[in-house]
Amino acid sequence: MTENDEVPAETTQEPFSKKTLTVEPSSSKVVRDYKLIGRPISSIQSQEPSTTEVVRESTEIEGGRESHARIRRVSYWGLAVVALIILIVLSLGWGRYSLSPLGLVRAAVAVFVPTPASWHLSAAQETVLMQVRIPRIFAAVVVGAALSGSGSAYQSMFRNPLVAPDILGVSAGAGFGASLAILLNFPFSVIQLMAFVGGLIGVTLSIGIAQFVGRGSTVVLVLAGLVVSALAQALISMTQYFSDPETTLPRITFWLLGGLDSVTASSLWLPTILVAVCVVILYAISWPITVLAAGEDEARSLGIDRRLVWGLVLTATTLMTATVVSVAGIIGWVGLVVPHLARSIVGPSFHRLLLASLLIGAGFLLAVDDLGRSASSIELPLGVLTAVIGAPFFVALLAKARHQWL
Amino acid sequence: MALNIDIAELSFSFGPMSHRLREVSLEVAEGELCCLLGPNGAGKTTLIRCLIGLLTPQSGTLRIAGHDTADLAPRQLARLVAYVPQNTTTVFPFTALDIAVMGRTPHMRITDRPSVGDRKAAQGMLDRLGIGHLARRSFAQLSGGERQLTMLARALVQEAPVLVLDEPTAALDYGNEVGILQVVSELVSDGRSVLMTTHQPNHALMWADRAVLMRDGSVVASGQADDVITAERLCHLYNVPIQLVSASMQGSQPELICMPAVRRVRRDLRDTPNHDTGLPEEGVRDEVRE
Repeated sequence: MTENDEVPAETTQEPFSKKTLTVEPSSSKVVRDYKLIGRPISSIQSQEPSTTEVVRESTEIEGGRESHARIRRVSYWGLAVVALIILIVLSLGWGRYSLSPLGLVRAAVAVFVPTPASWHLSAAQETVLMQVRIPRIFAAVVVGAALSGSGSAYQSMFRNPLVAPDILGVSAGAGFGASLAILLNFPFSVIQLMAFVGGLIGVTLSIGIAQFVGRGSTVVLVLAGLVVSALAQALISMTQYFSDPETTLPRITFWLLGGLDSVTASSLWLPTILVAVCVVILYAISWPITVLAAGEDEARSLGIDRRLVWGLVLTATTLMTATVVSVAGIIGWVGLVVPHLARSIVGPSFHRLLLASLLIGAGFLLAVDDLGRSASSIELPLGVLTAVIGAPFFVALLAKARHQWL
Repeated sequence: MALNIDIAELSFSFGPMSHRLREVSLEVAEGELCCLLGPNGAGKTTLIRCLIGLLTPQSGTLRIAGHDTADLAPRQLARLVAYVPQNTTTVFPFTALDIAVMGRTPHMRITDRPSVGDRKAAQGMLDRLGIGHLARRSFAQLSGGERQLTMLARALVQEAPVLVLDEPTAALDYGNEVGILQVVSELVSDGRSVLMTTHQPNHALMWADRAVLMRDGSVVASGQADDVITAERLCHLYNVPIQLVSASMQGSQPELICMPAVRRVRRDLRDTPNHDTGLPEEGVRDEVRE
């Protein structure tokens, strides 16, 4: 009977289980299973003293582990933010007209405290910094963060790690809006506006079709997105066909390739505010999104208002994506790859996934843009570079994380 | 005793031609375990999906703990009914603790996230179900029984008076099956009401207070489990010969156990030789006769 010492008393009292256990004393599975079922499950309301003690003890251990993990987690977030800031400072100096990072830091200090005159930037340096570098880097950070953030929300809501933020036709719609505006020779601000509106119309059409045909089914929603994207692509081709090959056709082509070279400081305020508001909305409902990511029926049985959460997420992500597409053109892969990378680091809980995606996405697009503007004598288009880097990166992630979700 | 589940003449159809539930009535009191039996397609799962608010019935009333579910918001309903689905997994690598904590959702506002107290409650429940050591493991990589226990822990931290289980033992080995039933029966003796669908008449005979038999969307019989489950009704329900035999464990009252009344036909014990097998059977049969 010494073999049974670790078996709880209540199971050994029964002759039936005693017999079973002595037959196979060496089998740990049998012993473990009896532990599993032998422990008394007292009610939540009224607990036996002994059970309460056990629970309290284990939660105290858990609490200690939790706070330790929290400290470690906070320091990781701090490191990530510091890394992004360093990358931003390096990017400010990087380029054909290079500025030393030390000089930039000095100039930044000089803005606030009186310093020797040599710390100030020259007029040319200041022009490059204020008119070119800062807007562009700011745009790269916002665009990368927005695409990755909405990608992470889409992947969670569709419970599909292969979903990108343009799946409901926002990019294609925006592309058509912009192409049409370029064809009609509208000014730059109108091109942006028409891209934004085109993106919204694309997603609205997809959702409308899904509501009308599939009563809100997720699969029908994705298929509707495919249909709308295909239609918008055809219309884009149509505008290209009708455009002047000397003037408007190259402009349409370059717009569709995506890039940050036409960004100006004044045109960034509105997009930034819109993106920030959408991020706050997504962060606020991060727990319902997490529960929906674990299973739709289960989430509904836990009292989550599915329509409300879907409505908020679709609104926020669509506004965000349409905004950044109107700023930077069509930039693929970021919204697909970055949420993957973020999830493999911080796990699938959405409040963490969103923050990690924003940080990584901002850093990723900034680094790729730096590469694009300095790798060769002519600037490489950003949308092409993200695909060239993103595709093999995605395959690597696929190979590494296959067992987790395929 | 107060009725925790009170379903009256509930009907549901997906369209004019596909009636899934026809005037189903069902009652489960406080501290009762009710087993819902019936062949595949009888409407058991549809009934459960109506009960937890995933489907809206066309007619009839559905009251839980005295509240008409038609008047309840999803979150209010989720505080009254906890649901353990049949056999689930997740796409993303959630941990068992992540999943268990989700049971606290009905007690949170839409912008809340689970507190430290919620996480402790979930960890405590996993500990009590004997799977506390799995809290940090990926839910998708747990075994079927461990996943089922995790889902049960999630349903229990929901603190609802009614627990609905959809074939909780369908994917489990025999040991885990008995384990889950033992946990469920302890919950029932604490005063919860449990409605459970199952394909095992023995679950109803050995564990349940009440049994409800369903076929083609209608209730065939309902009442005390021992009264409802007869060999004749089961034969009719499942279209196979079934018998109830009396069995007794040491020192306890004899109980009825359900068995199929057909057996594997053993070729070597047959009187007439089997010609279409083409195997040399003569020698074997002779040995048996000796």
